[in-house]
Amino acid sequence: MTDQQQRDLLHDEVEAGTTTGLASPSVDVTSARQNSLWSDAWGSLRRNVLFWIGAVLTVLFAVMAVFPQLFARGQDPRACDLANSKALPSAEHWFGYDVQGCDYMANVVYGARNSLIIGIVAVLVVLVLGVLVGALAGYFGGWTDGILSRLTDVFYALPLILGALVLLRVGPSTSIPIINTRGPGAVALALALFGWMTAMRLVRSQVIAVKSSDYVAAARAMGASNTRILVRHIMPNAVAPVLVYTTITIGVLIAAEATLTYLGVGLQRPAISWGLQIAAGQDSIRTAPHLVLFPSIVLTLTVMAFIMMGDALRDALDPRQRA
Amino acid sequence: MTRSEIISSTEPAPTGAALLEVDDLYVEFRQRSGTVHAVNGVSYSLAPGQTLAILGESGSGKSVSAQAIMGILDTPPAVITGGIRFEGRDMLAMQPEDQRKIRGPGISMIFQDALSALNPVYSVGWQIGEMFRVHQGASRKEAKQRAIELMDRVRIPAAARRVNDYPHQFSGGMRQRVMIAMAIALDPRILIADEPTTALDVTVQAQVMDLLKDLQQETGMGLILITHDLGVVNEVADDVAVMYAGRIVERGTVDDVFTRPAHPYTEGLMKSVPQVEAKGGRLQPIVGQPPNLAAIPSGCPFHPRCAHRRLGAAAAPGRECATDDPPLRLVAPGREAACHYSEEVLGV
Repeated sequence: MTDQQQRDLLHDEVEAGTTTGLASPSVDVTSARQNSLWSDAWGSLRRNVLFWIGAVLTVLFAVMAVFPQLFARGQDPRACDLANSKALPSAEHWFGYDVQGCDYMANVVYGARNSLIIGIVAVLVVLVLGVLVGALAGYFGGWTDGILSRLTDVFYALPLILGALVLLRVGPSTSIPIINTRGPGAVALALALFGWMTAMRLVRSQVIAVKSSDYVAAARAMGASNTRILVRHIMPNAVAPVLVYTTITIGVLIAAEATLTYLGVGLQRPAISWGLQIAAGQDSIRTAPHLVLFPSIVLTLTVMAFIMMGDALRDALDPRQRA
Repeated sequence: MTRSEIISSTEPAPTGAALLEVDDLYVEFRQRSGTVHAVNGVSYSLAPGQTLAILGESGSGKSVSAQAIMGILDTPPAVITGGIRFEGRDMLAMQPEDQRKIRGPGISMIFQDALSALNPVYSVGWQIGEMFRVHQGASRKEAKQRAIELMDRVRIPAAARRVNDYPHQFSGGMRQRVMIAMAIALDPRILIADEPTTALDVTVQAQVMDLLKDLQQETGMGLILITHDLGVVNEVADDVAVMYAGRIVERGTVDDVFTRPAHPYTEGLMKSVPQVEAKGGRLQPIVGQPPNLAAIPSGCPFHPRCAHRRLGAAAAPGRECATDDPPLRLVAPGREAACHYSEEVLGV
């Protein structure tokens, strides 16, 4: 029991219907405006070291994606000399050279843009689709749930890689924008379209669990509308698992891009991405392990950054987790 | 002067119309395994300033009938028939949107367990203030100010300092006060309190009931108190309706029903409570189990457990307990009971 609860109890037992001096409304009020869920969450995030590590890493990679030349130490990723093929890291070239004899650090730095676009766009689409479909199915139940859940099952039946492979293979011959480009946008959409179902199921089951809670019944008894109940009362209590899931999924999706490339439907050279580098590096992992090592390290750091921010956000949204 | 007289002198009741009229209310839950008859033909009315206690054991349909009135049962699986009229308007025939607008300013509810009835992710001030933001479009600043005033009104100490605290940071009694603050925020005409003190310990129980009584005197609202606690009923209610197997089996003023029960079930309830005069004696429990609502006994639903039952040749014609269902009838002035042999129970 906390001190405050102890004091409450004392008050409960001593005070028998009369107001005490304690109940003076003149005690300092930190702000006159009512705190929202998000401003409270931000207050807690600000004090979380993990969040800041994750945020700094994310900003670092984001800047790398937008201005790669700042980090490439003056090297052009496409200026290659076969004489340097697979050369190991040196003081001049920190990450060594790749198979073509190109500076590998420049390549890894320039790969951030495509990899981040794919990871973040795909995960955002997964999050939006999963939360939207899952929340509607869970909240309204009945035939709405029936239709949406069966639709999800249909997508579940198609394996992620197979579905994305078919879409990207057929895509260029269609006139659908983005999908017909074979660029990072198309890869991201293909991955998201066949990867949102787990998020949907997570949200759906969470919403069903939260929906039957007393505080939702109480909100209804106080005259809150369906939208308000869903957005204000159910979602904040239901998003935690899906937040954690999606932050981990960013890494899975960036890696899946490598698989698609390996199968010949993802990004193709001369495009540069971490997925491409890891796929290519696997062929010579015994002679030149640095070709897999460096893109793997940055990929791991990226995923870790997102996981740290996701964890911090989950804790911040739950007042019981706050210190 | 009794409490109801005080209220009627300050707050004239609207002529003719009761605040709430419940008319032959039925609630069923249709399930694959069969239909559960939770509420079977309940009727009552509530006047401004009146406190009606609905007394019954678990599964007697008392909470379900309140939830039906509140409009928070999911339909399906629940099927609600009968009439629920709030200030003369039929709530069941109403558009959901109109019904929603009554919840809060018209009828409001206190839940049993405040810890689970308060949203864990919002501060208590936010949740109390939500009432003003939803129903009156108040600004956040205004909502917070009024939340603090309400917390003062339900006697939460240092309200201004605690307004940003979360439900888990409060003690049980304080949480129930927060719940009450939410429920009375918009000065509802009717307050339904569903076992408001069951989750609290005895000293805190008394304070919460006192608070509810005081608030009722201030506002003249009608109070429906759902409980299985005879002590609470005796303390605060004007009238009492005893429920068994989804129907009202006895109704009258608290004094009448408690001193001279007219239904064997009520009589059993009174005997099962420890009393100072009967110190040293044995308590008499009601034999048997509460009925399964999916298979309610034929005739009088209470007959398998009844000490006064008359079966076969012992019964008067048309009043055989195992086959003839007794209607709720006037058995004495101001007294109603659903028993063929109420006069015997009363000892008339």
